[in-house]
Amino acid sequence: MEDFFQKLMELGGPLLLGAGTTVAITIASLLVAIVLGLSLALIRLLGILPVNWLISTYVEIFRNTPVLAQIFIIYFSLPYLGINIGPFPAAVIGLGLNGGAVLCEVFRAGLNAIHHGQREAALAVGMTPWMSLRYIMLPQTWRITLPPLGNYAIALLKDTAVVSAIAAPEIMFWARNLVTSTFQTTFVYILAALIYFCLSFPLARLVEQFERRQRAWQ
Amino acid sequence: MENALLRVENLHKRFGTLEVLKGVNMALDRGHKTAIIGPSGCGKSTMLRCINYMETPTAGHVYLDGELFGERQSGDGFVRMSETELATQRAHVGMVFQGFYLWPHLSARENVAIGPMKVRGMSKSEANDLADAMLEKVHMSHKVDEYPERLSGGQQQRVAIARALAQQPKLMLFDEPTSALDPELIGEVLNVIQELADEGRSMVLVTHEIRFAREVADRVIFLHDGVIVEEGSPEEVIDNPNHERLRGFLRQIVEH
Repeated sequence: MEDFFQKLMELGGPLLLGAGTTVAITIASLLVAIVLGLSLALIRLLGILPVNWLISTYVEIFRNTPVLAQIFIIYFSLPYLGINIGPFPAAVIGLGLNGGAVLCEVFRAGLNAIHHGQREAALAVGMTPWMSLRYIMLPQTWRITLPPLGNYAIALLKDTAVVSAIAAPEIMFWARNLVTSTFQTTFVYILAALIYFCLSFPLARLVEQFERRQRAWQ
Repeated sequence: MENALLRVENLHKRFGTLEVLKGVNMALDRGHKTAIIGPSGCGKSTMLRCINYMETPTAGHVYLDGELFGERQSGDGFVRMSETELATQRAHVGMVFQGFYLWPHLSARENVAIGPMKVRGMSKSEANDLADAMLEKVHMSHKVDEYPERLSGGQQQRVAIARALAQQPKLMLFDEPTSALDPELIGEVLNVIQELADEGRSMVLVTHEIRFAREVADRVIFLHDGVIVEEGSPEEVIDNPNHERLRGFLRQIVEH
């Protein structure tokens, strides 16, 4: 038993350190993805054809290639252009660009789900298109997209594991290192999975809570 | 009618190859009420929506209070205003839609107050007071904190009317305000509109309720295939129709 706790302390420390990085990468790339996805979805509404083609191309490329390949390309190819970035920013850029493509579609669907009369009513009372977006369209889009957005955040938290491949010091990176040095394969990976669960489970409950509050005025 | 509140000149509207309005003229004096009637697809809603530039007319002009609406004169021609400029003018025209279009994320009071707050820069407490007064006018004081989804169609439409009234508009536009309502809820909305008419508000009303149009309006326009076929006082148009098409239309309505 004492042995178990000693092992737990020894291996848990680095894994918890990794958990901090995992959370940081998740939050940073989620922010990038939301800002990028929403901006692109809104730009697409302007209906400028060449711009829309560019956005569609971006979305299709990032949705139809593995995120791991995207991150490798960013991490290993940017130096050839004279841009040297560390594993952390590379991970955030890669996951953020990938998420931007996913969320662009999510926001577009959300905006499309709102009846055009909602916007007309806003314009009719004298709101500018910007006010109508800010006070009428976006709050409703938020309500509609919250469930898919929450599910995306949960998936993202677990998908950050792929960035261990470029040595970003998150949970799986540390887990692999520990396995190499201690050979405690089962113990380390179960512990790592447990940490993911402890992060993900409360997040899922939080999303549910949000949804319930938003539904109050439905 | 040189100083008419509203003047619509030679209005044309085309959607692709479909010509919906083929040169429509109308004028409305302050405090007057015009009802536009006609069969579905005759262009009456389009005409109303062109008045506040919800639809941009293909040709023709709209003047509100003597001022060109939705356009600016530029050299010999006219250019459409930007949406931001247009917003300033639209603030003077209240519009009530067939589908209500209350904003579901806002309570009844917030639905009414948000316009004055954001458009006219009223403080929240001022706007709330105004909203409460407008909701009282439409007999919805008991539901100020309710969200639209918890209101009946008739109640939603009354809140939508309060929202338009809070603009303190020069002109009210009603686009078939009772067409989406269950029959037993039509009365409460018509009552409110009648009360507003009695206050001397200027309004243009598109409706299928011929009997109501006859009571509330002082002028009736019968629109058919994008042109005004007949117009005049309700007595002339509804009681003594000249045109065969109008007679046919009124017969159909009465049979229903």
